[in-house]
Amino acid sequence: MTTTTATQWIEACAADDIDEEDVIRFDHDGRTYAIYRSPDDEYYATDGLCTHEQIHLADGLVMDHIIECPKHNGRFDYRTGQAKGAPVCVNLKTYPVRIDGDKVLLGLA
Amino acid sequence: MRGSRPESIVVIGAGEAGARAAMALREQGFAGRVTIIGDEPHAPYERPPLSKAALTDEVEPQAAFILTPERLAEHAITHRSDTRVLAIDRDAHRIELAGGERIAYDRLLLATGASARRLSIDGAGPDNVQTLRTLDEARALRTRLRPGSHLAILGGGFIGLELAAAARARGAEVTLIELAPRLLARAVPADLAAIIARRHEAEGVRLLTGTGIASIETDSTGHVVSLSTGERVVCDAILAGIGAIPETGLAERAGLAIDNGIAVDERLATNDPDIFAAGDCCSFPHALYGGRRVRLEAWRNAQDQGNAAATNLLGGSDAYEAVPWFWSDQYDITLQIAGLADEGSETVTRELGDDARLDFHLANDGRLVAASAVGPNGKIARDVRLAEMLIARRATPDRAALAAPAVKLKGLLAG
Ligand SMILES: Cc1cc2nc3c(=O)[nH]c(=O)nc-3n(C[C@H](O)[C@H](O)[C@H](O)COP(=O)(O)OP(=O)(O)OC[C@H]3O[C@@H](n4cnc5c(N)ncnc54)[C@H](O)[C@@H]3O)c2cc1C
Ligand code: FES
Repeated sequence: MTTTTATQWIEACAADDIDEEDVIRFDHDGRTYAIYRSPDDEYYATDGLCTHEQIHLADGLVMDHIIECPKHNGRFDYRTGQAKGAPVCVNLKTYPVRIDGDKVLLGLA
Repeated sequence: MRGSRPESIVVIGAGEAGARAAMALREQGFAGRVTIIGDEPHAPYERPPLSKAALTDEVEPQAAFILTPERLAEHAITHRSDTRVLAIDRDAHRIELAGGERIAYDRLLLATGASARRLSIDGAGPDNVQTLRTLDEARALRTRLRPGSHLAILGGGFIGLELAAAARARGAEVTLIELAPRLLARAVPADLAAIIARRHEAEGVRLLTGTGIASIETDSTGHVVSLSTGERVVCDAILAGIGAIPETGLAERAGLAIDNGIAVDERLATNDPDIFAAGDCCSFPHALYGGRRVRLEAWRNAQDQGNAAATNLLGGSDAYEAVPWFWSDQYDITLQIAGLADEGSETVTRELGDDARLDFHLANDGRLVAASAVGPNGKIARDVRLAEMLIARRATPDRAALAAPAVKLKGLLAG
């Protein structure tokens, strides 16, 4: 197995910039991402825009492992990106996240 | 049929509620026949974009499908388009289509929606006064919106205001005429409606509130709307956004109970246990508001009732009591309302900066019964959603906490 592109780790924020069970927006290189901290204190990242319309998910509500879009309440599991039903049917892209000391690093291919 | 598992379920109306119900039947494992019958030529599509993006997009708007023909086929849902249902024979458990064909059902869902109210005034008819409810109407209207054209909008409700914003985005001149002394008088608190009015005026919409219409004249060059003030508004197109009327004719002729819509119980069943109704066409008792009978014209309600109706069509006993929720987009601002604001006797306001504001509506006993907000979507949506959860829990939150922007509503939810 070969990997063609190495993952680049980008510093997104400090670990305590995000409250537990919350989300923030992170923009990098012309793209926007959403970075989550779950109730069990794990960190995750997805594309920043809803797959229904171009709406920033970071303005939405995190409940457990669900991010709910602030526009029409479409729901995704932010750990897997899975769309949980109407009105969203296209999954969200997810990205790996690493914690380095007190920093949250976002893995981009 | 009562009690036994149905084998054939027919849905009348291929809109939001009907399409969602049909899909939910499959999601819940129903393997029998599912047929949706609708009188429009398209597969089920979303209506909210019709007064928003569909009017401002550069290209001819395409339907935003709720269920594409492919998905309908994949889930073995038979969709009969362009087909109007004329009658229900409850004894024989059969419906009759235009053209005479009959289809048998074990259980029936009425999801016939609402239709735009027409203006009854001298000189007004479907040829010169347009309405906006369907994709075809949106397409027709869009061609009238161009720089320099002049649109008269009758009615300062959501459809009229969204259309005004879209028309300005396309460079058309807009005069909006509303009989009531202010915009959105039925649904939105005065302070929020004032923010919306100011924004429309800043965008160049001419707002004439407290103004009636005396008559409409049309000739080959255009239209003249004569106002109660004596003024004559010359324009190229007229749209009436003066409300919607529930489509109850079919139910009425079949002897089903009607009460500002097809009257259903909390399970969405009509007075015929094999016939249910969902969406804009029905009125139902709302448990959160002491069983008050309400009829909603709202997208999420149509979806949620479609889901609940599917469960109950299959013999379930889901009591529908979702918090009513509505949104509207005008320019780059959003209005969201959760709950029934007219149940409140006191308002607590949370200021969210100079362009956003959230009103909480509390009942006499301190219970939060509704929340209304205006502002950029990103500034208001989360708080309205949390308010909705507080409403569902019949919470009696502290007034000072509600008013203070620094207090996170999520914290109130935990308490
Ligand atoms: C322009 C517009 C913008 C909107 N914007 C918003 C918004 O921003 N936010 C919001 O919350 N809500 C909005 N709504 C409201 C929302 O779209 C409706 O609440 C929702 O569509 C209701 O769904 P329904 O299935 O009950 O009815 P509908 O979607 O109206 O579907 C009913 C269908 O049944 C068909 N039908 C009726 N009688 C028969 C018959 N006898 N035989 C066959 N077919 C029949 C009708 O033609 C129609 O296709 C908007 C509505 C419109 C029109
Ligand atoms: S934009 Fe996210 S659900 Fe519609």
